[in-house]
Amino acid sequence: MKTALFASAAVIALAAFGTSAAFAQSRDTIQIAGSSTVLPFASIVAEEFSAAFPEFKTPVVGSGGTGGGLKQFCEGTGDNTIDIANASRQIKDAELEACTAAGVTDVREVQFGFDGIVFASSASGADFALTPVQIYKAIAAKVMVDGAMVDNPYKTWNEIDASLPNQPISLAIPASNHGTREVFQEKVVTAGFKEAGHPEGMSEDDIKAAETTFRQDVVIEISGDYTETLARLNSDANTVGVFGLSFYEQNTDSLKVATIDGVVPSKETVAGGEYPVSRPLFFYVKGQHIGVIPGIEEYVQFFLSEGVSGEGGALEAAGLIPQPAEKTAEVLAAFEAGAQ
Amino acid sequence: MATDIQTSPDKSSSERTALIRAGLRRRHLNEQIFRGLGIAAIAIALGFVALLFADVFRKGIPAFVQSNVHLSVTFDAEVIDVGPAPARGDFASDAEYTAASLKWQRDLALLNWNTIVEASLRKAAPEGFEIDSRQIQSIPETNARHQIREMFVRDPSLLGQTVEVDVLASANAANWIKGNINRDLGDAQQQLSPPARQLIDIFVENGTISNGFAWSIFTNVDSRAAPASAGLLGAFVGTLWMMLIVVVLAVPIGVAAAIYLEEFAPKSRLTDLIEVNINNLAAVPSIVFGLLGAAVFINWFHLPISAPLVGGLVLTLMTLPTIIIATRGALMGVSPALRQAALGMGASKTQMVFHHVLPVTFPSILTATILGVAHALGETAPLLLIGMKAFVASVPATPLDQAAALPVQIYLWQGNENRNFFEPRTAAAIMVLLAVMILLNGVAIYLRSRLEKRA
Repeated sequence: MKTALFASAAVIALAAFGTSAAFAQSRDTIQIAGSSTVLPFASIVAEEFSAAFPEFKTPVVGSGGTGGGLKQFCEGTGDNTIDIANASRQIKDAELEACTAAGVTDVREVQFGFDGIVFASSASGADFALTPVQIYKAIAAKVMVDGAMVDNPYKTWNEIDASLPNQPISLAIPASNHGTREVFQEKVVTAGFKEAGHPEGMSEDDIKAAETTFRQDVVIEISGDYTETLARLNSDANTVGVFGLSFYEQNTDSLKVATIDGVVPSKETVAGGEYPVSRPLFFYVKGQHIGVIPGIEEYVQFFLSEGVSGEGGALEAAGLIPQPAEKTAEVLAAFEAGAQ
Repeated sequence: MATDIQTSPDKSSSERTALIRAGLRRRHLNEQIFRGLGIAAIAIALGFVALLFADVFRKGIPAFVQSNVHLSVTFDAEVIDVGPAPARGDFASDAEYTAASLKWQRDLALLNWNTIVEASLRKAAPEGFEIDSRQIQSIPETNARHQIREMFVRDPSLLGQTVEVDVLASANAANWIKGNINRDLGDAQQQLSPPARQLIDIFVENGTISNGFAWSIFTNVDSRAAPASAGLLGAFVGTLWMMLIVVVLAVPIGVAAAIYLEEFAPKSRLTDLIEVNINNLAAVPSIVFGLLGAAVFINWFHLPISAPLVGGLVLTLMTLPTIIIATRGALMGVSPALRQAALGMGASKTQMVFHHVLPVTFPSILTATILGVAHALGETAPLLLIGMKAFVASVPATPLDQAAALPVQIYLWQGNENRNFFEPRTAAAIMVLLAVMILLNGVAIYLRSRLEKRA
């Protein structure tokens, strides 16, 4: 028993030593977090990166949404902060300020491609041909009827427009921790609101409120991944969900996509600019970590290389819509030039 | 009832007997109702367990079968034109050799190995079968090219030779073969193009594609680039590191705390307060420990994120109260006679505790430890908060490396966008986790019965 006691004491001492030794140990793995839309792409690049660069460890890719990732990114510099934040929207001024305040002064933006946002319903359900104004009318808390803002009266889709199916309105949209939400707000709801018009003499604040206030009885906010949205659709066939184009393309057997303004979302229509709801994808690199954490520069170069994010590259096969090669060259040059 | 009988002593004996009989019948009825309820409760509980297991097994068992594509791969010298591998003898120092070797490997990595994979697939396809490059590439998993490249890195003498290689079929091909995707759906709803599907069916028929046990689940790390090759090895090792830390820290600290509190500490307000708090700690939701871990270990102590060390420390905090309470219970259960006998023979208090009391409680402490570890094994919520939900495609060599854990891997796989492939795989991961837990519980029961017999 005595030996056991000594042994355990030794073990505790050792563990304590190990803990303190960790302070001195420098990280040699690139740490990434952020958007769940970018996650599959970043993970694929991470794996291919370690295959192509045997001298570096495989980067670790976490999720948490664009907002969550940038929050982690802006916590400061050093070993226990992340090096790269994935984002499905551009960084906000407030976030940049938070970064600067925490000492993250060298934030380098890298745009690497596009993603479409699609509206899809259960494959067994009705066909949808939507327009932004119809979606706005479906989810806004107040809509204009006879020149005045009233509580949203629509119960079924065909009440909004006779061409839509006669089924109850129910829409699963990403919660505000997702970058997708912002694109949805800007390109769909706000666009729809502008088209639908509003009574004259509304103040700025009222307009903002009218655009962003949704009815809670028909709108389901999803803070998890797209699989959670898919689960909603499977449990209630009347729900229409918001997905990334790449997610939809992996699940065409259970999802049916809606057209927007008559355009079917696809890689071609998004890249060609005909499909209206698309957004660029980004990641943000902490410039101060370049040269400290090994491999960051190589990772960015590899990410932007033709065979990875270019036309016909590994990411296109996974659903990314490549950006023009000139844009990529521009982005890479800006990255290498350093802090903006 | 009883008062009835007592207060009416004049009643005739037959009336009294009837009353007693009625009372007796009622009591028997009550007992039967209670037994019935008890059996129903057990049946419901077992029914749900059976339902859970049946569902997990039904979904998970197919995931233990993987589809392999047998190819004869030619290491075409025209494609592999990077020159011979550097030999150690040609370089003055190790550093130069390593640099040259890395450069050679990089050059190899930049080659288009897909052409080699495609050529071998076309060789296996029936003559004149029309399929374009992209469609035929959708049949093998994307890691086939890495697999072939690594073969060449290990053995550069393969140049120009043709060897038999088994590569994995892609996740979409596996879905088609296993029927995870509805085969009757139209072309627009299928993941694979019509010629690819047709060729897969031909391959299955002529034996180019065959099914085998999915060892990849146990020998591979997680993968998103090649979903069919995603495995649990990284998560398993991550969990192992965490459990090691839990055992190494929680057992000595927990047992020492319990012995002190039970045998040495004066019974006072303070020790009462400590006892109440330990009981409270045992009931604290695990997610709170995760928040604490993120705040203290990561933000304050600056320990690495996503590391099993932090996970282990958090789970240690969670397991400690369980071990302290169980050990104290065991110590309390030791007969006072044993203590008095030891003290009576002139043993000191320390001798009494360590030579006589503790050995008797050993089986209970061991059981508590194993059950505590089994509980910690399945804990997910605190790990999500300390960044262990990241995608990690490597095996952690030390507890300071980034890692996943088994329950977190389940969480990650259930969120993967390739639902048809990952739903079975998630269930398979659950089966592995359940197997480890049942094993641990089995060991606990076995050790307890063995040690109790000896004691």
